[in-house]
Amino acid sequence: MKSHGAIMNEMKMTFPSLSENERFARMAVSGFLSQLNPQINDLSDVKTAVSEAVTNCIVHAYRDTVGKIDLSAKIFADGTIYIRIKDSGCGIANIPQAMEPLFTTAPDEERAGLGFAIMESFMDKLRVNSRLGKGTTVVMSKRIQTKHAAAKADG
Amino acid sequence: MGVEIKTAGQKLFAFLSGELDHHTAKEMRCEIDIACTRELPKELYLDFSKITFMDSSGIGLVMGRYKLMCERKGRVYIQNPPPAIRRVMQVAGISRLARMIERIDTPEETSPETAVEATAEASLPANSVETPTEQQI
Ligand SMILES: Nc1ncnc2c1ncn2[C@@H]1O[C@H](COP(=O)(O)OP(=O)(O)OP(=O)(O)O)[C@@H](O)[C@H]1O
Ligand SMILES: [Mg+2]
Repeated sequence: MKSHGAIMNEMKMTFPSLSENERFARMAVSGFLSQLNPQINDLSDVKTAVSEAVTNCIVHAYRDTVGKIDLSAKIFADGTIYIRIKDSGCGIANIPQAMEPLFTTAPDEERAGLGFAIMESFMDKLRVNSRLGKGTTVVMSKRIQTKHAAAKADG
Repeated sequence: MGVEIKTAGQKLFAFLSGELDHHTAKEMRCEIDIACTRELPKELYLDFSKITFMDSSGIGLVMGRYKLMCERKGRVYIQNPPPAIRRVMQVAGISRLARMIERIDTPEETSPETAVEATAEASLPANSVETPTEQQI
């Protein structure tokens, strides 16, 4: 793995898979990242990616039940952020198929099958680990262009 | 937060506001569908100018309304998405799935805008929409 320097800050949270927490999770991550003074675009990309991953836990992993979602985030010295979202739900049988754009197992619920595609394009890296019946972990990272750094580059 | 409905002849405008995610989508689509069932419009305009956040649940909402309007031989337009929302729509492949249309005729009730006609042909087996008269971009 490429080194991103020292871990500057980190956070962990656990919350139940209630749809009210979709907003809470992305706002919490957004608040945590505000110390980087990120650009609006980057921040909204990360919020969208977090919302996708958390919604998947609620809609798919814990379908018809309520379970725990673990979210952790790290900020590295070079401005890279890592976000890990983990559930202990049903798991994914075929990960490459699940990640194909427009693939969904819930078309009747107006799911578009685009969550993973959005995470992939809004973050720099996306990794999905899953075991049937055990759960799924999504890890994503992105180098954040801080306003401070952008101003330096411009000047 | 919610949906404000306006009608003008055969057109129905749904002005959406607030954050559009899985949690809020249910209520929004319900309000839109109730209005559409009552008014039976030929054209449904989904206005995103007051949407402050959207994820793939918003794409699902557009696809679902498109399906319903197709059954009635109607059309769906996406109106005024802010830049961040537009990026989600583009990344989600609306540009691959849908025809982008720059509207020339401006609906009386709204200011000049661009609208995107949602025709999710690749994913939906619906009857294809006739070639639009507006200029394509
Ligand atoms: N955490 C998870 N646990 C179990 N299955 C999952 C999980 N995340 C995704 N999946 C499976 O992968 C499929 C694709 O996920 P993706 O987020 O791309 O689309 P979607 O959730 O079906 O639709 P959308 O995100 O557009 O609303 C899902 O339909 C589901 O079958
Ligand atoms: Mg999803």
